[in-house]
Amino acid sequence: MSDTTTKDSQPVYVVDELIAKDIDAYLEQHQHKTMLRFITCGSVDDGKSTLIGRLLYDSKMIFEDQLAALESDSKKVGTQGQEIDFALLVDGLAAEREQGITIDVAYRFFSTEKRKFIVADCPGHEQYTRNMFTGASTADLAVILIDARKGVLVQTRRHSYLCHLIGIKNIVLAVNKMDLVDYSQEVFDRIVADYGEFARSIGIESFVPMPISGFKGDNITGLSPNTPWYAGPTLVDHLETVEVDTAIDAAKPLRMPVQWVNRPNLDFRGFSGLIATGSVKPGDAVRVLPSGKTSTVTRIVTLDGDLDEAVAGQSVTVCFADEIDCSRGDVISVADTPPQAADQFEATIVWMNDQPLHVGRAYWLKLGTQTVSVTVQEPKYTVNVNTMEHLAAKTLELNEIGVAEISTDKPIVFEPYAESRTLGGFILIDKMTNATVAAGMLHFSLRRAQNVHWQALDISREAHARMKNQKPAVLWFTGLSGSGKSTIANLVEKKLHRMNRHTFLLDGDNVRHGLNKDLGFTEADRIENIRRVGEVAKLMTDAGLIVITAFISPFRAEREMVRSMLPEGEFFEVFIDTPLSVAEERDVKGLYKKARAGDLKNFTGIDSPYEAPASPEIRIDTTRTTPEQAATLIVDTLLGDI
Amino acid sequence: MSKALTHLERLEAEAIHIIREVVAETEKPVMLYSVGKDSAVMLHLARKAFYPSPPPFPLLHVDTTWKFQEMYKLRDRMAKESGMELLVYHNPEAQEKGINPFDHGPLHTDMWKTEGLKQALDKWGFDAAFGGARRDEEKSRAKERIFSFRTASHGWDPKNQRPELWNLYNSKKNKGESIRVFPISNWTELDVWQYIHLNDIPIVPLYFAAKRPTVERDGLLLMVDDERFPLQPGEVPVERSIRFRTLGCYPLTGAVESEAKTLPEVIQETLLTTTSERQGRAIDKDAGGAGMEKKKQEGYF
Repeated sequence: MSDTTTKDSQPVYVVDELIAKDIDAYLEQHQHKTMLRFITCGSVDDGKSTLIGRLLYDSKMIFEDQLAALESDSKKVGTQGQEIDFALLVDGLAAEREQGITIDVAYRFFSTEKRKFIVADCPGHEQYTRNMFTGASTADLAVILIDARKGVLVQTRRHSYLCHLIGIKNIVLAVNKMDLVDYSQEVFDRIVADYGEFARSIGIESFVPMPISGFKGDNITGLSPNTPWYAGPTLVDHLETVEVDTAIDAAKPLRMPVQWVNRPNLDFRGFSGLIATGSVKPGDAVRVLPSGKTSTVTRIVTLDGDLDEAVAGQSVTVCFADEIDCSRGDVISVADTPPQAADQFEATIVWMNDQPLHVGRAYWLKLGTQTVSVTVQEPKYTVNVNTMEHLAAKTLELNEIGVAEISTDKPIVFEPYAESRTLGGFILIDKMTNATVAAGMLHFSLRRAQNVHWQALDISREAHARMKNQKPAVLWFTGLSGSGKSTIANLVEKKLHRMNRHTFLLDGDNVRHGLNKDLGFTEADRIENIRRVGEVAKLMTDAGLIVITAFISPFRAEREMVRSMLPEGEFFEVFIDTPLSVAEERDVKGLYKKARAGDLKNFTGIDSPYEAPASPEIRIDTTRTTPEQAATLIVDTLLGDI
Repeated sequence: MSKALTHLERLEAEAIHIIREVVAETEKPVMLYSVGKDSAVMLHLARKAFYPSPPPFPLLHVDTTWKFQEMYKLRDRMAKESGMELLVYHNPEAQEKGINPFDHGPLHTDMWKTEGLKQALDKWGFDAAFGGARRDEEKSRAKERIFSFRTASHGWDPKNQRPELWNLYNSKKNKGESIRVFPISNWTELDVWQYIHLNDIPIVPLYFAAKRPTVERDGLLLMVDDERFPLQPGEVPVERSIRFRTLGCYPLTGAVESEAKTLPEVIQETLLTTTSERQGRAIDKDAGGAGMEKKKQEGYF
């Protein structure tokens, strides 16, 4: 082994001697280790990967064959001349090795006598904010690296803010590369003072500063003779002894999101989940949310026998004394202090996708084991992650962080993120691409859902419909501009009228001149346009009407949103399928010509996409059907039994 | 107040949580079962996750016909004990062409394992497959998500992975996509051994040292497991006390000389050893530094 990089450190904290002499004693010791998950953050040159490489190396997590490969790689592509480049140990993807940067979060493992560690190595560039946030989400502690020659930089502030935002309480300020500033206490003190001022300004209550050199090994495992003015602890000492979040979580009230109902036979019914906070014992009174039903725990069942107690962080199966309703998505809570349920919240959202947030569009929200449909309002503000300034914003782009109101389509059981990562942290999923587009943290509910009572109406929607002797419905026409939607929709309404049906036709022109005259044609405005039309159509079906709508409605997500607003079986998607070339040739209103000339922006089919329905209730091919035939077909097929 | 959980308790809870999420959110999951020690741990965790029910999915063994005899024995026993259905798949094309590790080199792994796996997943239409891979095994695995998506042609795109926050897993798939799920991603080799020790999990006896017939080839110590092993002129199997740190196809898996006959002794040897676990396998060396990353893009588990 090369000793040029190790002479200053006192590595061995895996007790080789004990392993060799008494393996059973060693295993006994290892078995009782706790675990700490932490992240390292800093900019590209602050020496993150080097520090992690050092920790792996010093804890003997690097084998001879890996070391041999490392030595040869160091000479080939390393950035440390002839010396070992520890960063090569951790930069795993081919692109990263070639470019010498860390793109994705990598997880590394090492252990000492007292603890096992999982390190998330996170990239530093601003364009990887989402990756850093991902790594931080599971961390108990953050090591923020600062290059002693450079001091507190923009990145330092950004990373500290992100760590604080995601709720990491334990922060280590590692002033690295002390060897390059002659181990100067003055330099160290000045950086710590600078950082302290900043940290207080964003609400970080405390942090642990230490002077280190990842490259030389100073104050990593042993106190360095080069910094006699520093009394410790060393980095590893601190990592080994700091209190972890799971211990803190166990002291809170019981919360367990139900993952799965275990029902092998009629005699057994158990509820499986990971305990988020608190603890549970047989005999405890519990409450199931959102129903609010109570029961008593009878057993905590595991393959290794029943438990007397289970605590936060354990995956268990519990049984109740009573047959109460409880299924996936519910939360089992201590009976006397249950969490709330609500459907409107203020949340901080970190956007993680190339496609920006569409205000008003429905996304999936997953929180604990609950998945619901959600819409996000226009952000109140976004945060400049470098200066912490609040900025006005209409949307959220990749890596932007903003505060916004969100509304779910049904109440969810939650707690503020500051109290529970499990019941306050959520992800947003795009309904079309299925990508995870954002992460978020709930702060508070804007109103308690349980206080919202729908005005109980004496005349129900059924009564309205009965009087009209018909089943309400929405015939939702979609298709390109000039495809023939309005023409056919008008014919359909005439036919229904002749059949004594009570109908109403909503189309682009009558809505855009009144209800929606404040909206333009940007993607966000088009989404809002459709949302409002959907709500109006819904009210009209409540009144018992058959509603016919004729809007381009180019996005699948919005059409699906309207479908989800209505009772099952009342929404009929009518796809007027006219090829672009045909519609453009007709160009009844001359709009295609303008769009082609560049005088009309965001025109569907030209510079804005049209997402054809995947499975409409009916598809009309206008190249083979006359408008009259189409109208007859639509009425007969869809409304035959009305 | 309450005791702090040990690292193994936290890892166990995490793995069980992952396995249950997959069962709750996917349509047709399956557990890839290779009979190695990682598979043994994964199977045990699945049994814990659903007890007293048996795990509500089958085990799938993508077989190459070249595994050690002891592996087939344990496989059948564990399927029976766990009450799970065992599916065994052989790539018919590989079988027909008689693909084997002696004559066909890398093609053997490619056809039996990589192609075989794809075919098996397609045949039964599984939309999620549990695998026992760990992040500490190899550099590209260190960056792979716990829920790792594959295209309809089973490819992996490392640059386009979904962010994975807290313990929230997004299992929504696009048409044709499937998910590989790695419940023991955060375990190290030592964790696996220790967990086997603490829970008394049955493993293939080949992990323990015994006198076995061996030949030395290309720096690897190979075991002559059955009569299909073609001896070269002058080659005579020698009885050596050996064991295996990792198990695959017997003609491709190098043994180490050892006297470790008990689990603590094996762990002791593992901890004191100076070479990494996969070194005994030929597969990582095929394409230089980026070998595994490339293999995974092509659909290797």
